[in-house]
Amino acid sequence: MTQSDQPAGAHGGARVYRFPKSRTAAAGASEAPGICVRGAHLAFDGVQLFDRLDLDLRGGEITCLLGPSGVGKTSLLRLIAGLAEAAGGRVGDDQGQPLQGRIAYMAQQDLLLPWLSARANLLLGPRLRGETVSGAMRARADDLLQRVGLAEAADARPGALSGGMRQRVALARTLMEDRPVVLMDEPFAGLDAITRYELQALAADLLSGRTVLLVTHDPLEALRLGHSIRVLAGRPARLDDSVAAPPGAPPRPADQVADRQGALLDRLAAAKRAQREAGDA
Amino acid sequence: MPEAVRRVLRPFAILAGLLAIWQAVQWASQAPAYILPGPLAVGEALLSRWPQLANHAWVTFTEILLGLGLGLLLGTVSALAIASFRPIRRWLLPVLVVSQAIPVFALAPILVVWLGYGMASKVVMATLIIYFPVTSAFFDGLRRTEPGWLDLARTMGGKRARILWHLRVPAALPALGSGLRVATAVAPIGAVVGEWVGSSAGLGYLMLHANARMQVDLMFAALFVLAVFAVGLYFTVDRLVSRAVPWQAEER
Repeated sequence: MTQSDQPAGAHGGARVYRFPKSRTAAAGASEAPGICVRGAHLAFDGVQLFDRLDLDLRGGEITCLLGPSGVGKTSLLRLIAGLAEAAGGRVGDDQGQPLQGRIAYMAQQDLLLPWLSARANLLLGPRLRGETVSGAMRARADDLLQRVGLAEAADARPGALSGGMRQRVALARTLMEDRPVVLMDEPFAGLDAITRYELQALAADLLSGRTVLLVTHDPLEALRLGHSIRVLAGRPARLDDSVAAPPGAPPRPADQVADRQGALLDRLAAAKRAQREAGDA
Repeated sequence: MPEAVRRVLRPFAILAGLLAIWQAVQWASQAPAYILPGPLAVGEALLSRWPQLANHAWVTFTEILLGLGLGLLLGTVSALAIASFRPIRRWLLPVLVVSQAIPVFALAPILVVWLGYGMASKVVMATLIIYFPVTSAFFDGLRRTEPGWLDLARTMGGKRARILWHLRVPAALPALGSGLRVATAVAPIGAVVGEWVGSSAGLGYLMLHANARMQVDLMFAALFVLAVFAVGLYFTVDRLVSRAVPWQAEER
């Protein structure tokens, strides 16, 4: 499995401690699998973006993936999500089983359907799978909307909601799917700093116990939310975890992670410089 | 005056202004009534020939509405078929694109030969004219579903038919709405041209006969009835479309 900079005990302890506190976690947590990507490769116009890349995600933890734009973070996430167009590689859980049907996906755009109410947007998954939408499902949707602080907005269409509220609905929809693995591609990138800060805490709380891959550009976000932090950099790109996640369970307060922000920013700046030089060569 | 009242009054003011200009031109040019009748003469013709006008208008309106309904139905079904079945797309789409270049009016005489002087040839004419904007607009909408939504649907394990019905079709409704608006604007053309080519009833028929007898006031009266119906139909459809896709206004 993956190597981590933190003592294993800290992880285990934090997780066990958080279990009873977080109600959403229960379903996903117990069976949240680790994820193994082996030999991932992606070429674009004859340029190897990454090749023979291995990635391991620990079960039940949040892994944050950072790196310069265009390095292939999103492609890697889409490969795991089963949405890869160009990228290839073997993807499975830590038992080697396929991940199909165990993944929920959340993107930077909220991807809410504008003709549906917030509640109906949460029920999109069951509807698309052809499941009968029961009263219990509706109640669960309302419960989730309440947990993201949008009980009042259940009947509102996305057009009537602010960007932060829409992303909350999208988060609730991701949880509605109730999958042990959650893949998030810069889910809070389009939001203002305060809204983002609030949503990070909410997401970390609601997603705890699931295996989460979070692609982000924001070092602070990675340091607050990640159990582990990976930087994808170079050409062909390699993963490195030279910057360790801070101690303590996510979501960590901003002032507790400030001392590592400099190191992570330096690492990302170096990666960007290297990428530029590789591009010039 | 509040804005709401002004908005209601504005079209009437425009209409009154146009009528005034019309009357002024008629006085100034001293054109004889069989060339350019004044609005009063036309109004008189409208009243005195009303039963006759109403009978013919009924025929034309029926043709337009039937054509609109049939064209909408066929266009929607075709677009769905083209969008969801690749073999159909491969064979039918080029045919559609090429056939769109044929002027439908040129078909009118043939349609009259095939279907007779009755309503059928005009309904088919209107249907053909409506079919193309509806089909191409809806197909375009179905093809341009937001890729992110489709990604999401795939990770949710959505079924193809359900993704089409719950996602791609509603997403294409605004496009279908614009196609329908265009279709509504051209539908009366189809019916009237069909009537000109050969018919025994309808406003187009009435105008042609009035023309032969130099009853220009009756021609104008028929034109007026047709215009009022066409404008009313357009705004009704526009309102219905807006109501069917309320999220479109919200998104802007």
